Amino acid sequence: MISVDLFKISGECGCAAKVPADMLSCILQDVELPDSPALLIGPQSMDDAGIYQISDNKCLVQTVDYFPPVARDPFIYGQIAAANSLSDIYAMGGEPLTSLAIVCFPAKDLGPEILKAIISGAISKLKEAGVVLLGGHSIVDSQPKFGLAVTGIVNPRKILDNAHAKLGDALILTKPLGTGITIMAARAGLADRKHEDELNRCMSTLNADASLMARKYGATSCTDITGFGFIGHAYQMAKASGVSLDIYFDSIPRFPDVLDFAAMGLLSSATYSNRRYVNGMVEFNANVDLAAQDLLFDPQTSGGLLISCPEDRLDEMMDSAKRNLSTPCKVVGNVLGKADKHIIRVKRA
Amino acid sequence: MAEVVDARGLSCPGPVIKTKAAIEALTSGEIVVLVDEETARENVLRLARSFGCMVDVIEEGGEFKLTISKNEGQK
Repeated sequence: MISVDLFKISGECGCAAKVPADMLSCILQDVELPDSPALLIGPQSMDDAGIYQISDNKCLVQTVDYFPPVARDPFIYGQIAAANSLSDIYAMGGEPLTSLAIVCFPAKDLGPEILKAIISGAISKLKEAGVVLLGGHSIVDSQPKFGLAVTGIVNPRKILDNAHAKLGDALILTKPLGTGITIMAARAGLADRKHEDELNRCMSTLNADASLMARKYGATSCTDITGFGFIGHAYQMAKASGVSLDIYFDSIPRFPDVLDFAAMGLLSSATYSNRRYVNGMVEFNANVDLAAQDLLFDPQTSGGLLISCPEDRLDEMMDSAKRNLSTPCKVVGNVLGKADKHIIRVKRA
Repeated sequence: MAEVVDARGLSCPGPVIKTKAAIEALTSGEIVVLVDEETARENVLRLARSFGCMVDVIEEGGEFKLTISKNEGQK
C-alpha cells in the first residue's frame, strides 16, 4: 500500500486544469488546419475524438487526455486517467485498441513507487478494455500529470458523433454530475470517505457498456461529459446538430451533497470559464439557483455519456441501462427544434 | 479591528478553507479576505453568502478585498 496523498500536492486538479474553452475556440477558428478528404471529424467539429478514414469500412479514431491528480491514491488516479482517456473513443462509437502514456512526474521529490502505482492503475483499466500500451513519453515536472493518447477504430457508417441529435429525441446521462466539485471538497477536507469512494468508483468506470448500449439502441448522437461541463458538452451537441435542448435539472443524477459543496464555493476556475463559453446561449428558469447552475458548469473528470435517443427506442435503452450499467443513468432532457436565442433551457420544478 | 485573512497566492480550495475557518470562529463582526484571482473572489463570495453574511468587494490593483460581515445568530 503506497502511503501518499496526491491531494497534498498543490495546483489545479483534473479536467479543471484545461485551457479555457473560449480561448481554445478562438484559437482554432484563427489557424489554418491541414485538410484531407480522409479527415471526417477534426478539431473544428468540437467533438470527442478525431476520425480519419483509412478504408471503405474502417476509420481511425484518436484522442488524448492528461491531467494532474484527481484522487489521493496513485493507483486510483491512474485508473481514472485511463478511463477518462478511453472514454472519448467510446463516445464516438469506436473500439479502442492501442495507447501511449503521457507522464509528467517530479522525480526528485516523489519516489518511483508512486509513478509505478499510477501506471499500474492505468494498466488495470487498459486490460479491462482490451487495449495495449505501446509506450509513452515522460518528463520531469513539479506537479504529477498522467494520461493516455488512445487510438481505436470505427466503421464510418457507425460513427456516433455529436452532430445528429434529432427533434423528439430523449437525452440520457449515464453517470452522476459533480466530480469537479466533489474533488475540490475532498481536497478541502470536507468530503468524507463515502463521498470519495462513490466518486472514484464512478470516475474509474469505463464508458464501454454505455457506448455499446447507445449503439445497440440506435442513438442518433453521443458525447462524453468532461472538462467543459454538462452545459458545455450539451451545447456543443445542440449547436452541431442544429437543435435546442430542454434540460430537467432534478432528473440529472448527481453525487451526494454536491449542491451544498457548490454553495460553499468549492469550484475550480474552469467552472467560470465554462460559464463564459456559453454566455447568452443558456436560459435558466428562476428555480435553478446559483449552486445548481455551478453544478452544470462544473468540469467533469471521466464523466458519463450524454446520449440522444430516439423516442421509440427509449424504453429499450433505459431497460438495458438498468440491467447493464453500474452507474446511475437517467433521462435528463429532450431535443427540440432549432432556437434563435437560447440553445439550452434548464428547468426545475 | 477586523481579522485579515490573506489568501493571496493560494490555489483553490485554499481561500475557501481559510475563510470558512475564520467565519466559523467569529461570533459577529467583520473579516477582511484578500485574494488575487477572480476564481478565489467568486468562491469566497459564495462561501460567505452561504453563511448568510453580507459581503463588500473592492478591487485594488488586480487584487480583491472582500469585507465579510457576520451578525450574531448566523451559523
